[in-house]
Amino acid sequence: MALDAHPKPRLKAFVQSDLFYSFRTSYVTVAATLVALFIIAAAFLAPWIAPHNPFDVSTLSLWDSELPPAWAEDGDPRFLLGTDNQGRDVLSAILYGSRISLAVGFVSVALAMAIGIVVGLISGYFGGAIDAFFMRIADVMLSFPTILVALLVSGIVRGILPREMHDNAALVVLVFAITITTWVQYARTVRSSTMVERSREYVYAAQLVGRRPFAILFSHILPNVMGPVLVIATINLAMAILIEATLSFLGVGMPPTNPSLGTLIRVGNEYLFSGIWWVVIFPSLTLVTLVLAVNLLGDWLRDALNPKLR
Amino acid sequence: MIAFILRRLIQSVVVMLAVALIAFTMFRFIGDPVNSMLPENATVQDRQKLRDRLGLNETVSVQFARFVSGAVQGEFGISYRNKRPVSDMIAERLPATLELVFAAAIFSLLLGVPMGIYTALHPKGIISNFLNVASLIGISVPTFVTGILLILVFSVWLNWLPSFGRGDTVQIGWWSTGFLTLSGIKSLVLPAVMLGLFQVTLIMRLVRAEMMEVLRSDFIRFARARGLTNRAVHFGHALGNTLMPVITIVGLQLGSMIAFAIITETVFQWPGMGLLFIQAVTFADIPVMSAYLVLVALVFVVINMIVDLLYFAIDPRLSAQS
Amino acid sequence: MTSPTEPVLSVRDLSIVFDTRHGPLRAVDGITFDLAKGEILGMVGESGAGKSLTGTAITGLLERPGRIDRGEIHFEGQRIDTLSAEEMRRLRGRKIGAIFQDPLTSLNPLMTVGQQLIQTIRTHLRLSPSAARRRAIEFLAEVGIPAPDTRVDQYPHEFSGGMRQRVVIALALCAEPSLVIADEPTTALDVSIQAQILDLLKKICREHGAAVILVTHDMGVIAETADRVAVMYAGNVVEIGPVAKVVGDPHHPYAQGLMQSIPRVGSEVRRLTQIEGAMPRLTDMPGGCAFHPRCPRATAECRATRPVTLPVEGGEVACHLYQGEPA
Repeated sequence: MALDAHPKPRLKAFVQSDLFYSFRTSYVTVAATLVALFIIAAAFLAPWIAPHNPFDVSTLSLWDSELPPAWAEDGDPRFLLGTDNQGRDVLSAILYGSRISLAVGFVSVALAMAIGIVVGLISGYFGGAIDAFFMRIADVMLSFPTILVALLVSGIVRGILPREMHDNAALVVLVFAITITTWVQYARTVRSSTMVERSREYVYAAQLVGRRPFAILFSHILPNVMGPVLVIATINLAMAILIEATLSFLGVGMPPTNPSLGTLIRVGNEYLFSGIWWVVIFPSLTLVTLVLAVNLLGDWLRDALNPKLR
Repeated sequence: MIAFILRRLIQSVVVMLAVALIAFTMFRFIGDPVNSMLPENATVQDRQKLRDRLGLNETVSVQFARFVSGAVQGEFGISYRNKRPVSDMIAERLPATLELVFAAAIFSLLLGVPMGIYTALHPKGIISNFLNVASLIGISVPTFVTGILLILVFSVWLNWLPSFGRGDTVQIGWWSTGFLTLSGIKSLVLPAVMLGLFQVTLIMRLVRAEMMEVLRSDFIRFARARGLTNRAVHFGHALGNTLMPVITIVGLQLGSMIAFAIITETVFQWPGMGLLFIQAVTFADIPVMSAYLVLVALVFVVINMIVDLLYFAIDPRLSAQS
Repeated sequence: MTSPTEPVLSVRDLSIVFDTRHGPLRAVDGITFDLAKGEILGMVGESGAGKSLTGTAITGLLERPGRIDRGEIHFEGQRIDTLSAEEMRRLRGRKIGAIFQDPLTSLNPLMTVGQQLIQTIRTHLRLSPSAARRRAIEFLAEVGIPAPDTRVDQYPHEFSGGMRQRVVIALALCAEPSLVIADEPTTALDVSIQAQILDLLKKICREHGAAVILVTHDMGVIAETADRVAVMYAGNVVEIGPVAKVVGDPHHPYAQGLMQSIPRVGSEVRRLTQIEGAMPRLTDMPGGCAFHPRCPRATAECRATRPVTLPVEGGEVACHLYQGEPA
């Protein structure tokens, strides 16, 4: 292999790399990323850009309730996507709801990734009883579907907490439930990558020089295992958002007083038969678009980083 | 072979005991069964009597043993919410869920496997691209949204199919089946499609990925180098090697379908185990939750065993080792 | 059918490129050679020199982004590089056989050895199942599998590595091809088995009258087995001639370097000779002669123009140093 006399600066190397090329020539992926970023930005800025505050009871008026979207016959331009049965603006509710959905998604992915990476590194590096212990747990957790475990955890916590606290703690409970069920994937991948890297010469060299295990783990091995971890993270983000939405839809997630997209869909579902379709359709569309965008990004990332396809 | 079966059996028992332990811990230590089951104005004597009856004054290990022996016989205590024996409630609802899962599984296999094979063999065609896009959208749409859409189109707008309940059922022993009545079958269609649709995309993508992987392998290249026809290569050599890992995953998916049935049953108000479980979670009805846990674990363990045995029977490499 | 003197395979100016985002990369650059009936031609060179690609192109299994850019391949008097996929498929196995490197992954683990043999036989020859089975057992016996009538119903994992490669050879030859392309057939085998397999290959091809292209990076294999050898470098055939000549007294500096770098048994050397540098990557092909950066005898002409293939005694060489030499 030819050796470069002057390695390129990292940004330039990235821009010229095959990875970025594959990215910018795939219109779908670029579009998906832009859409995802747009929704994330809009959700983040919700308190500032939402036309109304759907949770401030003083601003609500029953006269405004059950209005269809602005372009329909009885629509009101103040409420672009219509209102629900209490006069809450659907667009604002979606913005705030996305915020919650994304918050739960990102936080649980970050936590699960942190836990999973640490467990995976330790398990893969030290092996033996520690490894067996963690992997047993992982096996058991993986053999149960995520939704079930999330429901179970949610139910257990609800059983422990007094009833009044349920609503307030909902966010924390959700993040906890999703994190507990999703850390395993990261741990497994990181573990197998660690076991591969551990037998490489550069690790042996670092050990000879006397570097402590944790230093080796984090400064040498970790960068090499991040690739697959990122792929899993993107796919898990989509999954986390979906699980949160499902739990909320089932009634054991975010309450209607602080709804996520899933809660909005549940609430809106009850009015479906009376012809008030906008309360359920628009949150659904937002949710699907967001998850689709994240999935596309994850798909592209997986293909781009797959050594077998290069 | 016998050694393998024995080993798996022991593993299964161990797993079941572990699950039973978790279920028991939930059962015994979360919430207060006595408070949940008695009205507010119950006297101290009433509470004491209930404690005795529930065996709450014995040692923990004895209680666990009773729990396990009870579970083995299908006895899971009394529901906090309904005040009825949990086993009765489960027996009522189990057939509904099982029939739903079965119908959904057949649907997803019949649709997913051929689509997966097609997209693997014609990766660049228009139909393949369309199916790929559709499958990607499929896994991005939450199952409950699919259910809502199905109801919207087929129940509200077209009024072809019912959107809640099981229709009329026929009782055979303790099993109530919806397969034998027209309204039963009509009620089954939408929920089964909703439950199966998610799996279709999964199966399709799985079969596609596996088959494309197999098609890249050396023995396929060698088969082509020997001038075998495309049909022989694709269906004789590639398909067999593709379906083997697919079988394992589909088997495991059966288990997760039982879990996803929870959502389907909620959307369609299908009177199955899932709906029971959700109601239990909402009300923190611990006995029902723990019974559900044990039952689902049992189903998983049994399915895992069957899949392993199936693998054993099919893969010549494994049976040669016995 | 070809007359006894006409070559069974005739490759003219074959060129294979890969279409990438950097533009088309030339992996095989205009190679020309003939293969006589029943002859064993070795193709030797480093990894990436283009030898396997040549074999793949001849069997018509070249896949995108690789494609034949120019040149012609003639087999038994007929041009084959322009045939349709179906026509090529009928040639494969029946007329042109192939053997790959790893016998374990070359066989379908889920089918018995007999099933795979019978399927190949019946695809190309009109035989009843029982006749095909008999033929399969005969072939197994011919490649040296003991107790062939029982082993024909066994699965590939029940055979050892060497046995498996014998099965592979049987599969490649069971439809009686006149050309066999063997791509590193012994590289994945134990050294002790390699000689046996090579002997078998040589014997069975002679007996069935099949010509062989033996692709390898191992000069020892070539010296043992081949009649003629073509040395490849960076997509070019730099020298081709009888084995004894090319191994004993090579013309091309690269071939000379190769031979010199093989230590002789019994001699004492303090350092192993090696050829400085490495074979260039497809994206960094030097102008002129591809070998000139590493050639101890490079001239200005070497840097400027590609060498033409020139006749030398018994064979050919592509090197500027031999212009004006008598054949």
